[in-house]
Amino acid sequence: MEEKPNQATELLELSSGKAEHVYYWHCGYYTSRFLLGLRDQTTILGVRCSACGRVYVPPREVCGRCFKTMNEWVDLGTEGTIYAFTVVKLPYVDPNTGLPIKVPRTDIYVQFDGADTRLMHWLDEGDETKIKVGARVKAVFKKERRGTIHDIEYFTQV
Amino acid sequence: MAKRTAIVGVGQTNHTSKRRDVNGQELINEAVKRALADAGLTLRDIDAFVIGNMDHFEGINCVDGWSIDGSGAYMKPIMKVTTGGSTGGTLGSSAYYHVASGLFDVVMAIGWEKNSESDTQAAISTCADPILERDFFGGAIGPNAAEYAMYMKQYGASQEDAAMVAVRDHNNALNNPYAHLRKFITVEEVMNSPMLCYPIKLLDSCPRSDGACAVIYASEDRAPKIAPRPAWIHATAVSHDYVYFGDYDWEAMPTLEATASRVYKRAGITNPLKDIDVMELYLPFSTCGVVWMEHMWVCERGESPKLIRKGVFNMEGELPVNPSGGVLSTNPIGATALIRIGEAALQVMGKADDRQVPNVRTAMATAFGSCYWFEATILRSTMS
Amino acid sequence: MDNVAIIGVAQTKYEKGKTKNYAELVYEVSRMALDDAGLELADIDNVVTTTNDFYDGRTIACMAIAEAAGSYGRDATNVEGDGTLSAFYGLMRTLSDVYGTTLVTTHCKVSEGAPRKIFNQMFDPIYDRRLGMDAISSSALQARAYMDRYGITQEQCARVSVKNHGNARNNPYAHVPLDITVEDVMKSPVLADPIKRLDVAPVSDGACAIILAKEDRVKNGRRKPVWVKGVAHCTDAYRLGERDLSRAGALEEAARKAYAMAGVKDPSKEIDVAEVYDAFSYMELLWYEGLGFCGAGESGRLIDSGVTGMAGALPVNPSGGVLSAHAVQVAGLARIAECVLQLRGEAGRRQVPGAKLALAHGITGICAQTHCVWVLSDTPAKEV
Ligand SMILES: [Zn+2]
Repeated sequence: MEEKPNQATELLELSSGKAEHVYYWHCGYYTSRFLLGLRDQTTILGVRCSACGRVYVPPREVCGRCFKTMNEWVDLGTEGTIYAFTVVKLPYVDPNTGLPIKVPRTDIYVQFDGADTRLMHWLDEGDETKIKVGARVKAVFKKERRGTIHDIEYFTQV
Repeated sequence: MAKRTAIVGVGQTNHTSKRRDVNGQELINEAVKRALADAGLTLRDIDAFVIGNMDHFEGINCVDGWSIDGSGAYMKPIMKVTTGGSTGGTLGSSAYYHVASGLFDVVMAIGWEKNSESDTQAAISTCADPILERDFFGGAIGPNAAEYAMYMKQYGASQEDAAMVAVRDHNNALNNPYAHLRKFITVEEVMNSPMLCYPIKLLDSCPRSDGACAVIYASEDRAPKIAPRPAWIHATAVSHDYVYFGDYDWEAMPTLEATASRVYKRAGITNPLKDIDVMELYLPFSTCGVVWMEHMWVCERGESPKLIRKGVFNMEGELPVNPSGGVLSTNPIGATALIRIGEAALQVMGKADDRQVPNVRTAMATAFGSCYWFEATILRSTMS
Repeated sequence: MDNVAIIGVAQTKYEKGKTKNYAELVYEVSRMALDDAGLELADIDNVVTTTNDFYDGRTIACMAIAEAAGSYGRDATNVEGDGTLSAFYGLMRTLSDVYGTTLVTTHCKVSEGAPRKIFNQMFDPIYDRRLGMDAISSSALQARAYMDRYGITQEQCARVSVKNHGNARNNPYAHVPLDITVEDVMKSPVLADPIKRLDVAPVSDGACAIILAKEDRVKNGRRKPVWVKGVAHCTDAYRLGERDLSRAGALEEAARKAYAMAGVKDPSKEIDVAEVYDAFSYMELLWYEGLGFCGAGESGRLIDSGVTGMAGALPVNPSGGVLSAHAVQVAGLARIAECVLQLRGEAGRRQVPGAKLALAHGITGICAQTHCVWVLSDTPAKEV
């Protein structure tokens, strides 16, 4: 470190305070349809590219490979397999609440039958020795659903 | 007219966990002054600047304008580029294209981060889609941990193989006075360090650092007059591909493979293991140092652990990787990938001091961002 | 500089609270720009996107638009700042030997966040930010400094608002077309003296894209190519206390360079139409002076004389300008797109007859700390 002239007797640090900066994210047609699928049909919807046949979940407007608008909706059901998982053990601040997240927390990628991409969610198992890549999992829906990704409470191994 | 472009000066701070003695602008200024001194230039010689960092790590909107007191870009052109963890690579490319376009002769790229000013893990988790993925994304470590778990299963690799990469990078850092973590470690210590996210342990993963890096690029008209042995940029390449984390094919690593193929083709490299003398790779976790070598076509699928055990990528090996100590020892995110380019340039220029690999003619630097955005740069001691 | 043309442009309609998310907006304009140029995505060599993590409400916001901007698997990069800067970087990449065509995109969904809070985050966190400074209060200081020094009246500023909102009635993309009088502006509520409601741009959602091509990649399409003659940007001091707010020094410097590149000697005579970044009505007057349309302090008389009206010798903002549609980061690129339409003769009811040389201008930062100036022409430079 370089020597600073006229060194202050104390080095101060200021916090940005507690003021929240709230955003209102617009879901658009595709994400809205997906969330309504969770809320009203308790099912997971994907969208198929009519040019290359890839099925995307979460659904989005454009297939990046073909640069074509997608309109063919696919009901993927509620069961898939674990593509990858990780048990998070290092707590960090939850950007939604400002509080530390609860650990251990298991994040998974769910591979639905008939989809080419994967959905992220939680698994209700915190012990990594009891989780297997390729294991079948099933979405557990909440009773009260509000049109968010948390309408699925978590996935559970079947 | 398009111009050939070279790096003629590199400056970086002494990276550390928390710099309470300087604000962000002062931190930047340390790197800027060192880069100018390295090139033997003054601020007056710089025609344009590019700067980058992670917006939400310090919470400063428009750091291009904010930086003026530190960057010295007063009444000069400055713009901001940013692509997450790969920002440093994007900065290097941007300075390169500033010069290669023929519009500017001498351009400075500045990458910086004061990770200590916020909870960066929380900030990075907001890179996942806020509606669908944010709550299930535990930062960059999750996908990388999952990637190595799959690799071990498929190819019979071990946690020790990754630990050997950690040992290599950490111990190389002992030769680098700018590195953040400079402590001798053993495979056993890595294996015994706390598990963060199976199978990645504390000593397998990168720290969070405060630091800045500045790299000066010059045109073919100016570079030979500024530096006796400039590091000529022969190619840059980028690839990225997805919007949601669940889209990515972790086994095939398509963006790394595309980036490597593209940059090798542009630079005329057919056998990276033989054609490249030293690599400065953006390896945020030791596990990446095992798996990614294969996706960069350095060896066949599943062969990397064998090469690591043979010491091929050690300082005295056939292809030294990360003589600087890499990202595992120093990680001021917005600067991290620019440090890779700067270190690769120092190797080509023969100015890497105690971490110098002898007779470097061709070097490679990479950048990695949390959306699997890869960038690569090939530098050579000769212009063409 | 080699000849580079803008061969495709597209804009969404600007409005508040668009239902599409910003990736969908980017897809809309990327698709339309390709159609406008008569190209397929395969004809695009690389992509420059524009994001801002504060406005976009997530870290590494460029991830979210990878597919929408057609950058899947393609060389791509990302600028944070006004669209004129992204386009400038796109121009550099097009001029290099590496790429022949570049797609540039910008988007903004400012309606999702809190724009005043986001602008506040540009200010120094230790000083001005804590005082609650934002775009309106800081601009009011600039307006006051400028108007007091030169005796510019509030009525003269109001005349800009009347002209631009009136012009917007001819622009189908405009957000706020209005048939108003100077009296209406003067009677509108004071937000921060001397700035009143009708002196201020709206906050709009929208997107814009352009396609740049080297001369040898310009096909004989159905659209007339528009040629880039000069571009420059420049950044003033960060802290308002260090700046002469009554002058646009950085704009003078950027304009001087851009004019020199383009061979423009007397801008007020040679330029046929200008699209400038008038986030506030006083800004258009201050920019006239910075751009050399008149001498220092003479803008009041210039607007009074009607020279910059649709029927004048140098119409400024035939589109209605930023006062009539303000999607942050997009607005500068929209100025370029509007100039392209003017030079093609495709500007519909807002067409300036026979326009051959056009000027587009963008700003970013506190009180327009950074300016970028583009000079565009309907004819390429002759071979030297
Ligand atoms: Zn497709």
